[in-house]
Amino acid sequence: MRTGENSTRTGSSLSLRGLTKRYGSLLAVDDLSVTIPKGSFFALLGPSGCGKTTTLRMVAGLEDPDAGDIRLGGLDITHARPHRRPVNTVFQSYALFPHLDVFENVAFGLRRRGRKNVQPAVMDALDLVELPHLARRRPGQLSGGQQQRIALARAIVNQPQVLLLDEPLGALDLKLRRQMQLELKRIQTEVGITFLHVTHDQEEAMTMADTVAVMNRGRIEQLGRPADLYESPVTTFVANFLGQSNLLDGEHAGDLGTHLVVDVRGNKLRVPRSRVSSRDRNILVGVRPEKIRLRAPEEFVPENCNRLSGGVVLDASFAGVSTQYVVRMPWRQDLTVFSQNLGIGERFPAGSTVTVAWEPEHTFGLDAAAAGAPERPRTDPRES
Amino acid sequence: MSITSVSRVNPTRPGGNRRARPARSEARRRHVPYLLLLPGLLWLGVFFVVPIVTLLGTSTQTRVPGGEIGEFTQTLRLANYWDALSRYQEHFGRSVLYAGVATLAALIIGYPLAYMIAFRAGRWRNVLLVLVIAPFFCSFILRTYAWRQILADEGTVVRTLKWMHLMPEGASLTATSFAVVCGLTYNFLPFMTLPVYASLERIDHRLLEAGYDLYGGPWTVLRRVTFPLSMPGVVAGTLLTFIPAAGDFVNAGLLGTTRTQMIGNVIESRFVDLNDYATAACLSFLMMAVILALVLVYIRRTGTEELV
Repeated sequence: MRTGENSTRTGSSLSLRGLTKRYGSLLAVDDLSVTIPKGSFFALLGPSGCGKTTTLRMVAGLEDPDAGDIRLGGLDITHARPHRRPVNTVFQSYALFPHLDVFENVAFGLRRRGRKNVQPAVMDALDLVELPHLARRRPGQLSGGQQQRIALARAIVNQPQVLLLDEPLGALDLKLRRQMQLELKRIQTEVGITFLHVTHDQEEAMTMADTVAVMNRGRIEQLGRPADLYESPVTTFVANFLGQSNLLDGEHAGDLGTHLVVDVRGNKLRVPRSRVSSRDRNILVGVRPEKIRLRAPEEFVPENCNRLSGGVVLDASFAGVSTQYVVRMPWRQDLTVFSQNLGIGERFPAGSTVTVAWEPEHTFGLDAAAAGAPERPRTDPRES
Repeated sequence: MSITSVSRVNPTRPGGNRRARPARSEARRRHVPYLLLLPGLLWLGVFFVVPIVTLLGTSTQTRVPGGEIGEFTQTLRLANYWDALSRYQEHFGRSVLYAGVATLAALIIGYPLAYMIAFRAGRWRNVLLVLVIAPFFCSFILRTYAWRQILADEGTVVRTLKWMHLMPEGASLTATSFAVVCGLTYNFLPFMTLPVYASLERIDHRLLEAGYDLYGGPWTVLRRVTFPLSMPGVVAGTLLTFIPAAGDFVNAGLLGTTRTQMIGNVIESRFVDLNDYATAACLSFLMMAVILALVLVYIRRTGTEELV
C-alpha cells in the first residue's frame, strides 16, 4: 500500500479527557484522560472488565460517554455518530459481512464514502495483508488467521486517522498470534496510522506497542514504554499483571546515597530511590523472578547484592531454557525464581537450602498502603 | 520418558473395547434416520401422493354423455387443461396479482414490525411475539368477516375517508378487490412477520456496528447489511404468504364479488357446486405449476441457497 509518503497526513493524535461511562451502578470507565500521539502504537492493557473495550467503543462512537470529551487532531468527536468519525475498528470477532465476498468487504467503507474506482485501493490493502488471491472468496471460506487479516485490510483501506483494534488476535492460536503480532507491527510502521490496541495479553501489548497503558477498574494505573512498565511498576497491580513479581513487606530504614535502605524481616535491602513510588514508611520491595539468582548457603555472594538467606526450595520445574523454582522463606512467603539453564542438570533439587540474591538496581519499591487487597504478595494459603 | 508413557497408555485405551462390537451398532446407526423419517413419509404417501395421483386421473376424464350429473369416465383428454386455462385465465391472473400485492403489503408491514421486535423491543419482545400470533386464537372465517364490518359503508374507515374527501361520495370499499387484498394481507401477516423476525434476530449485532464503523449511516446499514442478512427470512416469509394466498378462496368469497373471484373460488365452485371434477382438477394442477414456476424463478433470483 503506497501510504508511506502521506503517512504524516493519515495519522492524528487522539486525546481523551475526563472520559466516564457508567452502566447502572457500575463505573466502567472512570474519569480517564490520556493523549495518544500521532502515528504511535498505543496499547490499552488490562484484565477483562477493566473498561478498556468500553473506552475503545467510545472512541469508535459505538458507546456514548456520560462525561468527558474525545478529540481527534483538533476535532471534537465526543458525540459524533460512528459513521461520521474518521476512525475504523478491527473487531474482536472480525465481524466480516458474510453476504459479501472479501473484495466487497474491503471495499465497503470506500463505497460508502462514494469512492468511484475502488479496485486499486482494495487490491493494495489486500496486498498489504498478503491475501490478494482471496478477493473473491466469502468470509466463511477463510481460516481464522485469514479473516483477521481481511478485517485489518477492511479497516486500513479507509486510511483512518486512528485505527482501533479490539483484541484483534484473541481468537488465534499461539503460533499464529506471535506471527500476527510482528505482522501488525510491520503494517503499522508501513502505513503510519495511529493504532489504539486493546488487549488483555501483556505479551501482545509489550511486543507491539510503543506505549502501554495498564488499566484497572476503569482507570489507567500506569502508562509508559513497555520496558519501563516492566522494570519500574508503580503499583502492585501493574507489578503482578505485567509478568510476575515477588513483593516483600518492608520498612524504610535509612538512606544510602542514591539508594534507600529497606528493612525486610531484619534483612537490609537497597532500592534505587528513582524506582520507589512510595513516600510512606512501609514499602513493598519488589523483584522480578528472572532477576534473582540462587546460591548455596556457603557460596560467595558479592557484598553489594541484596540477599535473603534461609530459603528452602519447595519445587523446581524444568522448562527447557529455564527452571522455575519456588523458594519458601523462613517467614513462610514463597518467592518465584526463574533461573536460566546455563549448565546441565538441576542445580537445586527440592528441599535444598538456598540464599536468594539480586542486584539492588533490579529492585523496585511500591507503596504498601496503596497496595490493593487482591494483589498482595503470594503467601501459602495453607499457612495464612 | 516416552517409552514409559506409551506403555502406560496402551492397556487403558478405551478404543480397544469399543472396537469389538462395531458392526451391529453401525448398521443400526445407519437405519435410524430412515426409521425417524418413516411416519412423515407414510403421512405424505397416504395424504399427498395418493390424492395427487387420483386427482391427476380425474383431470383427464370427461363427462359421460347422457349420464347423471357428476358421472365421469377416463378418456385421457389432455385438452381439458387447455380448456380450463383459456376459460379461467382471468382468474389465474387475478390470483397471482392479488397474492403478489398482498405479499408485498405484508412485507412492507411485517418487516418493520419484525425489525422492531428483534432490535428495539427489549424485554417486551416475547409479549409482542405472542401478540403477532394472537389472531390465530380466533377463527379464520370470523376474522375475515370482521373485515366486512371494518370496511362497511357505515363503518368508521369509510366515513373518515369520505370526510377527508379521499373517497368520493357513494363509493364503497366492501366487495372490491381492495377488500380482498386487505383480507389476504391481514390473514397472512404472521406468516411473513415470524420468519423475518427469526432471521433478523439471528444477525450478529457486531456486523451492524461494523457497518456504522465503515461509514454506513443507519439507512445504508439497513439496506446493505441488515436487509441482505435477513434475506432467508424474507424469502421464507414471502413464500409462506404468497403460496397460500394464491390458492385462497375464503377472502375473495367473503370480501369480494364475482368480479374479484380468484382461482380458488373457481375450483371450489366447480368441485362442490357444479360437480365438474375434471375442470377443477385441471385448475388445481395448473395453479400448482404456476406457483412452482414462480417460486423457482424467485429462489433463483434471490440466490438464497448461498446464504447461511
